[in-house]
Amino acid sequence: MTTAAATADGSTAKAKPASMAQALGRALRDSMSEDPTVHVLGEDVGTLGGVFRITDGLAKEFGDERCTDTPLAEAGILGAAVGMAMYGLRPVVEMQFDAFAYPAFEQLISHVAKMRNRTGGAMPLPITVRVPYGGGIGGVEHHSDSSEAYYMATPGLHVVTPATVGDAYGLLRASIASDDPVVFLEPKRLYWSKSDWSPEAPAAVEPIGRAVVRRPGRSATLITYGPSLPVCMEAAEAAVAEGWDLEVVDLRSLVPFDDETVAASVRRTGRAVVVHESSGFGGPGGEIAARITERCFHHLEAPVLRVAGFDIPYPPPMLERHHLPGVDRVLDAVARLQWEADS
Amino acid sequence: MTVQELPGAAAHRPTPPPAWKPITDPAPLLPDPEPYRVLGTDVVADVDPELLLRLHAELVRGRRYNAQATALTKQGRLAVYPSSTGQEACEVAAALVLEDRDWLFPSYRDTLAAVARGLDPVEALTLLRGDRHTGYDPREHRIAPLCTPLATQLPHAVGLAHAARLKGDDVVALAMVGDGGTSEGDFHEALNFAAVWKAPVVFLVQNNGFAISVPLAKQTAAPSLAHKAVGYGMPGRLVDGNDAAAVHQVLGEAVARARRGEGPTLVEALTYRMEAHTNADDATRYRADSEVEAWRAHDPVQLLERELTDRGLLDDAGIEQAREAAERMAAALRDRMNADPVLEPMDLFTHVYAEQTSQLREQSAALRAELDAEHDHHEHSAEAGR
Ligand SMILES: Cc1ncc(C[n+]2csc(CCOP(=O)(O)OP(=O)(O)O)c2C)c(N)n1
Repeated sequence: MTTAAATADGSTAKAKPASMAQALGRALRDSMSEDPTVHVLGEDVGTLGGVFRITDGLAKEFGDERCTDTPLAEAGILGAAVGMAMYGLRPVVEMQFDAFAYPAFEQLISHVAKMRNRTGGAMPLPITVRVPYGGGIGGVEHHSDSSEAYYMATPGLHVVTPATVGDAYGLLRASIASDDPVVFLEPKRLYWSKSDWSPEAPAAVEPIGRAVVRRPGRSATLITYGPSLPVCMEAAEAAVAEGWDLEVVDLRSLVPFDDETVAASVRRTGRAVVVHESSGFGGPGGEIAARITERCFHHLEAPVLRVAGFDIPYPPPMLERHHLPGVDRVLDAVARLQWEADS
Repeated sequence: MTVQELPGAAAHRPTPPPAWKPITDPAPLLPDPEPYRVLGTDVVADVDPELLLRLHAELVRGRRYNAQATALTKQGRLAVYPSSTGQEACEVAAALVLEDRDWLFPSYRDTLAAVARGLDPVEALTLLRGDRHTGYDPREHRIAPLCTPLATQLPHAVGLAHAARLKGDDVVALAMVGDGGTSEGDFHEALNFAAVWKAPVVFLVQNNGFAISVPLAKQTAAPSLAHKAVGYGMPGRLVDGNDAAAVHQVLGEAVARARRGEGPTLVEALTYRMEAHTNADDATRYRADSEVEAWRAHDPVQLLERELTDRGLLDDAGIEQAREAAERMAAALRDRMNADPVLEPMDLFTHVYAEQTSQLREQSAALRAELDAEHDHHEHSAEAGR
């Protein structure tokens, strides 16, 4: 199916299949052409175009001072980005894989997240840190971490994660334009997922912090984000056969958290399951479940349930299918939502 | 040496306090400007022929191992393999220079060093095949787990060597890292600790020209990576990384120095990665074929083979023998890798803590139930099919 999107001049541009990787690359390119202060830096982002090819072509188009291959040192990359931002640039940092962002935690936690606050608002840091995250791609050890909880637990950082091609574009544009630091988590198993999207007339750039209802439903709400969205959509389709009409909410942004959209949905359905692949204990689901309980207690027909990755270090690829929450686990949770209360 | 004087400043300056004197003259720490070579020089006459032959057999085996492992990625039997073809001299020398009681701290590319040290070739590949993380007991082999987060194994090597010395054990740790890895903070902190503690550690940097796509010139502005040693107060040595005898000798001296209690050494081996970063990488995007060809003429296996034949230590029959031994190793590796690894999903929970938490017990019970249901389902469909 192809859809047509309206361009600024009123003509229509044909949407065609595009991957999330392409949309992210396009967002970087558009941000760089519109704003000369946007600089991309990281390991292999120049000549190679990044190991996932997200930055492909940027060094050629904008020169290697705007898209820079750095020495191999994440703390140095992010620390340098802090200085660049202090001097008026808008750095976009690429971390090669989730677990390889950890050397930069000192810079992220102690400086990136706190600079606005430390300086009484005098020195905001408009830095975007792009981190490919999550599993499901058969990566060896240290290439599949879900690190969102660490970032969420750090006040001062926005944490954004797209799940669709259109959002990849729109949210990355918004993140780069944001005057606050954003940790932009890219679900790497969705990099090559395609959907109809018009690069000539990209979707509107939306403010970050708004969740969206991907599928309306009445029986229960699945709350999810990033890599688990397709799992939840599939589960919702499969649930129809069981007589359940599930609503699916895609958070898109973990910080800020859209309490309004989530609470409105749960008040409508009375039941909620939070789904993510990062570990459950101390994970995002706990925070989300607590917020729902605080806001929707009297509307709830059942406790808020979580479906998450096990509380284990990310397993070797041959075992990852047993770890990652799939459709069956989501449906099992839905089945446990105390349906008998209805009758 | 003194701090560089600005013109006119000296006249006003009182005599500096004695603590200003550098403790060490950097001159003996500085690497020679030319990489050290043995093959094709007079030095080779003094090298034990047995050692040269042993190195040769290991190089041939190592080359074959790299080729076999890469072939296994094409057959889908190995998820990924970072080949060390072209770098076998470093891998083999690093393994052979150590005593049994010593420790090796490899990076993710150093499977070959682990195998040359005696690790089972299949156990060495579990990380890359994807069935286990570390498929061997590090203590049994004195080989730390193959390490993908770059340079993070280096401080471990320092700590282990330091601990061994505190216990009075005569143990040396040899830690391997790539040229890119030398930019990480962990590299610098490890060197500093090692020098301050005079830890019995040898750092081997395999400078193969690239960190994925990034050439050395974009990695460092230092005259050489061996120069980095000087600022920490340890000697830096530069060696031809394709000359197995030279690498063995330089590492051997560094190990001996460490054993004598004289502290760490940083060795930079100049070599070249002949293949792409891994089988998943496209090296044509960032380097010219002509560069690769130029290095082919300086192949580590051929360098040694030529030396040995020129000196009458090896003939065609000897070369053939080494090839056959390598072929046997490859065939065995192929066979064993063609068998599907036996996986136990319940193992997900077995080694997270010494004792499982109640949460993990709950989760493992849930997985057990899932697996049982899956199993029943299969049985049923099998019966229905009858
Ligand atoms: C901390 C960290 N950052 C990034 C990576 C991703 N990565 C894997 S290998 C590699 C290049 C390594 O280059 P080098 O150290 O020269 O070793 P070589 O691959 O040449 O053996 C990079 C950037 C990583 N593994 N660890």
